[in-house]
Amino acid sequence: MKVQIDSGRCQGHGRCYDIAPGVFGEDVEGYGNVPGDGTVPTGNEREARLAVASCPERAITLIEGA
Amino acid sequence: MTADDRFNKDFRDPDRDRYHTIRSETISGPVTDWATDFSHLDPRWSEDPFPIMDDLRQRCPIAHTERFGGAWVPTLYEDIAAVAYDTDRFSSRSVNVGNFRPPRDLAPIGELPPITSDPPFHHGARKLLLPAFTKTAVARLEPTTRAYCHSLIDGFQGRDVVDAAEEYAQRVPEQVIGDLLGIPQGDRKQFRELIANINREDALDSRDEHVEQLSKMFVFLLAEIKEHVKNPREDLITYLLNVELRGRKLDPNHIISMMLLLFAAGIGTTSKSIGSSLWHLAGNPQDRERLVAEPELLPTAMEEFLRAFAPVTMSRLVKEDMHWRGVDMKADDWVLLSFPAANRDPAQFDRADEVIIDREGNRHAAFGLGIHRCLGSHLARMELRVALEVWLERIPEFSLQDPSTVVWGGRLARGPLCLPLRVG
Repeated sequence: MKVQIDSGRCQGHGRCYDIAPGVFGEDVEGYGNVPGDGTVPTGNEREARLAVASCPERAITLIEGA
Repeated sequence: MTADDRFNKDFRDPDRDRYHTIRSETISGPVTDWATDFSHLDPRWSEDPFPIMDDLRQRCPIAHTERFGGAWVPTLYEDIAAVAYDTDRFSSRSVNVGNFRPPRDLAPIGELPPITSDPPFHHGARKLLLPAFTKTAVARLEPTTRAYCHSLIDGFQGRDVVDAAEEYAQRVPEQVIGDLLGIPQGDRKQFRELIANINREDALDSRDEHVEQLSKMFVFLLAEIKEHVKNPREDLITYLLNVELRGRKLDPNHIISMMLLLFAAGIGTTSKSIGSSLWHLAGNPQDRERLVAEPELLPTAMEEFLRAFAPVTMSRLVKEDMHWRGVDMKADDWVLLSFPAANRDPAQFDRADEVIIDREGNRHAAFGLGIHRCLGSHLARMELRVALEVWLERIPEFSLQDPSTVVWGGRLARGPLCLPLRVG
């Protein structure tokens, strides 16, 4: 499973790194980011899905099976 | 290095009075039909707006009023989101629907940048504030916020009933914003009085009175700024004095406007969220007992309180005449941006009218959508979480003293103004 953040849509609500800190990080201005190639560490799949479903800007794409 | 003398000369705009000249005829009195004569100032809207929103969503779904010189009220999530995202056709130069409109040439900066700013000015003005309001940055204020919440509850000792709005919900963000800016403890009492005067309903009803109260705050802030110029410290005032936009330090008016914005946007909003959450828990013992038993659920529950009782309603001004989603909007018409209505739209949320404290995937819009996402949302969330954690830990059992004594109000931010709770 992989995740990607569309930086054109992200407004820094921070729901992703609140809900799934093992998957997402924050930059110095509070925008969400994804370390590395966006592969969700094993065991973090549920949090990753919740973060995607909670993003008010619909800025996160989740790729199953990647 | 030369001394910072930006604040020693008269830097006020000599033309500023012209900003206060565009006024609409005042239409007051109770609303006759919410679809055609809407007013967010009717006390029935503050008291319980949700049945009105539900009715308008079915009937309109974009309500209208001739009041305030003409205003539109979308009630569907998708319409509210569309306005928030469309900065080409809707200007933010004023975000407070009333009988006064700032002139068009006040854009793109607006009265209180960056909330009243449009692109392209908006981006830089917002960017310079962002680092001070990240989740990591505001976490530094958490220990003092927690200690302050405890001290407020220590002060309730021996009392059966407290006004949780006035004596708790309002006090927490006042203290936090004072700490953030760097207002010395000795000046806090005066600071609180100035804020209370700005937020008085009669001061908000009269533009002249509002300008008068803001002027008093202006004098207070100017003195604080001069003190910070002399003695820089680790706080937001010092940060604002030093920060640069496009290679230049900020214009003094910009600094003071931003400080005024932080009070306007950072106190009456968070206080309403804390108050509404406590109101819900006081009236719903099963939710209160569950949160006392499962404190780890609080971050999830808090998002549901933010959804169901979103305090903040913003607005935009229509830039040009246009036909928009079935209605004919005129240039300079207001559009009320009711995030509370968006959050109760059943097309967006299952069981939208219920408070479900373990709701997951809660894509609510309490902090707005698009480029004006509430800059202080991480600060507000920290305050709300800490205020509720401390309250539930110290006062696990509480209830409404008498539901009829709760007073709801607030035009930009709705919530309880008076909330007598039985805590003994």
